[in-house]
Amino acid sequence: MGTTAETDSEGLFGFFARSRTIARPGFSRWMVPPAALCVHLCIGQAYAFSVFNLPMTKLIGISQSAPNDWTIPELGWIFSIAIFFLGLSAAVFGRWVEEGGPRRAMFTAALCWSGGFILSAIGVYAHTLWLIYIGYGVLGGCGLGIGYISPVSTLIKWFPDRPGMATGMAIMGFGGGAFIASPLSVWLMSRFSTATHVGVAETFIVLGVVYFIFMVVGSIIVRVPAPGWKPEGYAPPTQASKLITTSDVFVYDSLKTPQFWLIWWILCLNVTAGIGVLGQASAMSQEMFPGKVTPVAAAGFVGLMSLFNMGGRFFWASTSDYIGRKNTYFVFMVLGFLLYVAVPSTGSIGSVETFVLCFLVIISMYGGGFATVPAYLKDMFGTRYVGAIHGLLLTAWSMAGIFGPVLVNYIREYNITHGVPKAQAYNVTMYIMAGLLVIGFLCNLFVKAVHHRFHMQPEDDGALATAAEAGAAMAARFTGRPA
Amino acid sequence: MTSDNQNGTPAWHLILAWGFVGIPLAWGVAQTIANSLKLFH
Repeated sequence: MGTTAETDSEGLFGFFARSRTIARPGFSRWMVPPAALCVHLCIGQAYAFSVFNLPMTKLIGISQSAPNDWTIPELGWIFSIAIFFLGLSAAVFGRWVEEGGPRRAMFTAALCWSGGFILSAIGVYAHTLWLIYIGYGVLGGCGLGIGYISPVSTLIKWFPDRPGMATGMAIMGFGGGAFIASPLSVWLMSRFSTATHVGVAETFIVLGVVYFIFMVVGSIIVRVPAPGWKPEGYAPPTQASKLITTSDVFVYDSLKTPQFWLIWWILCLNVTAGIGVLGQASAMSQEMFPGKVTPVAAAGFVGLMSLFNMGGRFFWASTSDYIGRKNTYFVFMVLGFLLYVAVPSTGSIGSVETFVLCFLVIISMYGGGFATVPAYLKDMFGTRYVGAIHGLLLTAWSMAGIFGPVLVNYIREYNITHGVPKAQAYNVTMYIMAGLLVIGFLCNLFVKAVHHRFHMQPEDDGALATAAEAGAAMAARFTGRPA
Repeated sequence: MTSDNQNGTPAWHLILAWGFVGIPLAWGVAQTIANSLKLFH
């Protein structure tokens, strides 16, 4: 039986093995963020999927919806399924991603993501909605989850001196992907549409091919640092600081720690607060300022929020390298609380500028929460399984993705049906969001260093290597290939 | 693509890699800013 390194270097798929991605001396670590961005810019398209909603309600009727055309609620499930499978696949495949290396994971993500588009194109041609649920929702969702976590630990290992900035750059790409996908999709649909055809299927095929090329380029240029590598002039801390460990925690052992669940709730609450208003920003701005904010201006407001969502990912994650992860989340919770409480006042005094400013800062912290969390996990659980632990944590995003919009929509409807004027229908929501951030503040307050009994010991490495070899031997029995 | 050379990554590799992701991103951001300006009209 060969060693794991020998096993994964050989065979048809050897190119994708972790051992083949180890950088040679002199490799610039600044090649790795663009590799990560190749993946994140592509999967960030998910935020722009709504541009297809209206055209897909007219696939039969063309100029207007026919009775057999799909409805918006039916189409809404595509995005929901994709986000659900993002969280699920990140949690399930996290360890596989971590142990197999970034190239294999990025390539797999490319296959799933592009395959999802191609399958969805067939679904559009055949007018079969469940094919799109399986294509974009399930397969694409798995591409989202695997692609999202694939470069995280690699970046942290390349940038031990600036882990927040490094992961912030990649996760910023996820926020920026929609900026490219949205105008590109609209342009492609306009090129492919005719008097008898909407052009959605062709657009899906082009996007699938383009995204596949981009993501494969990322998987080719990505490298992991050689064991023991460190940046020039960087002296790793010899002793663990209060909240930054130098030890590692095994992926599934992290689930036994209170720190994992506290950070899970911090992310869930921060995202719930942000995602709820993100989807309602256009309607909210128009209803809170009737006559002052037109639909066109509201669309501009949404665009501006997307920019701050993206910029906040890089800004806050980079800031966390200087002020610490725990302090960064304290800023999110305290500043977020103050801003949410202030929003109803902006409506009552009729100050659009203050309203816009409040939400731009709030949404920058929503993005910042996503981008800072991998570095927070690295501080708590070490670098070894940080990608896999991040995958488990993304279930908090799936949960928030369901509860955030539901909370905002339900409270708004409840208020309006009980006679509250539309301009004030969001006030209670804002106070509830502020309350969620108070809970998040308390969760953050309780985060302490992980107890040393959860840290991996040298003998754990041996046990894991034996398990990996046993796995390789089992795979060899099925494939007939030598292990 | 071959593995990296012993003498460091050539500058043009870095320019190519960053341009590959930076140009589409800059285009998308410019489109979004153009749309966002409608807020101030």
